[in-house]
Amino acid sequence: MQARWLLALAGVLIVGAFVVTRTVDNRYVYFAAYGILQYVLLATAWNILGGYTGYVNFGTGAFFALGAYTSVFLIQAVQAPLVVLIVAGGLVSGLLGFGIGYLTLRLRGVFFSIATLALAVVLETMMVNWEYVGGAKGISIIRPSAGPLFTNYVQLLFVVMAALAMGAVAVAWFIEHSRIGRGFATIRDNEEAAECMGVPTLRLKLLATTVSGCLMGIAGAPFPYYITFVEPVSAFNLSYAVNSLAMPMVGGTTSWVGPIIGAVLLGTLQQLATVTISSELNLLIVGVVLVAFVVLAPEGILGLLRRGTRRTRA
Amino acid sequence: MFSLDLFLNALVAGVLLGGFYAAVSLGISIAFGLLDVVNIGHPIFVILGSYAAFVLNDAYGLDPLLSGVLFAPVFFLIGVVVYQVYYLSFERKGESPLRGLVFFFGLLFIIEVALLLKFGVDYRLIEAPYIGRSIHIGEVGIAFRLLVPCVVGLLMTLAITQFLSRTFYGRAIKGVAQDSLALRLMGIDPVRIKTIAFGLGIATASVAGALLIMISPVEPSIGRAYIGRVFAIAVLGGLGSIGGTLTAALILGIAESLTATFSGPSWSLAVSFGILLLVLAVRPAGLFGR
Repeated sequence: MQARWLLALAGVLIVGAFVVTRTVDNRYVYFAAYGILQYVLLATAWNILGGYTGYVNFGTGAFFALGAYTSVFLIQAVQAPLVVLIVAGGLVSGLLGFGIGYLTLRLRGVFFSIATLALAVVLETMMVNWEYVGGAKGISIIRPSAGPLFTNYVQLLFVVMAALAMGAVAVAWFIEHSRIGRGFATIRDNEEAAECMGVPTLRLKLLATTVSGCLMGIAGAPFPYYITFVEPVSAFNLSYAVNSLAMPMVGGTTSWVGPIIGAVLLGTLQQLATVTISSELNLLIVGVVLVAFVVLAPEGILGLLRRGTRRTRA
Repeated sequence: MFSLDLFLNALVAGVLLGGFYAAVSLGISIAFGLLDVVNIGHPIFVILGSYAAFVLNDAYGLDPLLSGVLFAPVFFLIGVVVYQVYYLSFERKGESPLRGLVFFFGLLFIIEVALLLKFGVDYRLIEAPYIGRSIHIGEVGIAFRLLVPCVVGLLMTLAITQFLSRTFYGRAIKGVAQDSLALRLMGIDPVRIKTIAFGLGIATASVAGALLIMISPVEPSIGRAYIGRVFAIAVLGGLGSIGGTLTAALILGIAESLTATFSGPSWSLAVSFGILLLVLAVRPAGLFGR
């Protein structure tokens, strides 16, 4: 019953996003909103692996950029339409996620995290050396026309990203409320014990890394059209890794709501700080908030709320 | 086209680079290898050391090595504070090490952005009389800006191994790595020993940072490139083995130098991470692992 209500709500929000494009004309609003929605998607994707199974991924930038570069390649080669880009980006990054999943066979805990960081740098080096997709100096992408429904392309991207973010949240919700989610939780709590009880840990971990990677690739796929200039340093930026990890940590990692709360809060804060102060300072804010939450409130905002309600009941 | 001269030059440069890498990795070997504290932020402390050397050199023309040694006690204190925060918020509560990892990752990010705000993205370099000079043996040239860091790195590694095996505190640090309960039964506080050891690891970053800015110009974000290097070295060498760290540092230095010479410098970064991924996938215990 709850599922149907949430689906309806998601539908209303997407239609709402479309209606907003009819009424608001300020382009910056869409530009900023796209950024925040992209983080909802990335944070949710990160949380499926990091929050549910407890494998901390520092390589968000790698999956994101792989999606973006898949798009660049397809735009260069065949001028592929946006839908194809999104599907292709998801597939390629999902495949990478599948590969990373096999690493978890040998690498537990911190070693896995370091390996994901290494992966990001190796991929970045490859892109720097691949001239066809721009190499180190980057490549300009020309947006196609926005079509009859929208006045400009950023509006179209905004609605698309709203739909993608809702889709990712729906996936996270489904996982959390199914046997898969409980399987993930057993891996997080005690992998050996889960294996002994007959939980197919490898298959579950492969599922988690693949889904998580796929969603990150989907987030990156529209990126070339959004930014219109792709170069390795911005596509592989460490801020993707920090943000997609900080947002669930701030919101709360054990529920699908957590990443949304964190992404909306931190995303909005950063957009405001970028406009009013400076873009370096907003990164400092993310870092400080992340460390503060990890040290002082490891359960995130959801954990604080839960503690608060428990106290009032008692 | 293969040329012997080029190969020999690359080999020598690689060995020299390896000595320097050993200096950068010492802190990780102590924190990660002996204390099980995954200080992923170690490279940013090295960069911090570079900027400390830069500021003193820029203002007073101080020799980078001297300022590296001068700042070591300050870095030791920073390390003590960082470890206390880490211990109180994670280790004592028995929290999973992953949260600690996120803590250090956040710390790395904060220091990097702070440096960026203070100094900008310009590459900073340093002046000292011996930096531009070099000596030639046959066809092989040895640049002082590589030779000095290598020698200092080797001396520091030697000093640390001597400290760990000869002194009371050094042996206590090794004891913490083996069995901290037994240490407690001997009447030594393991937390105090670990605090000292972690501070020592951060103190080496001060000297390593001074060496780094001698070798190449420094910019806040280059610390990230060293995350892969130091972990590749620490893991390849086998955790907890300082001698293994030195061997692994030399292997990585040579591999990177050869790659840079024969396939172009933009590939050299991938070498360290490639080695890291390979070692993690094939033999996580490393060459000299416990």
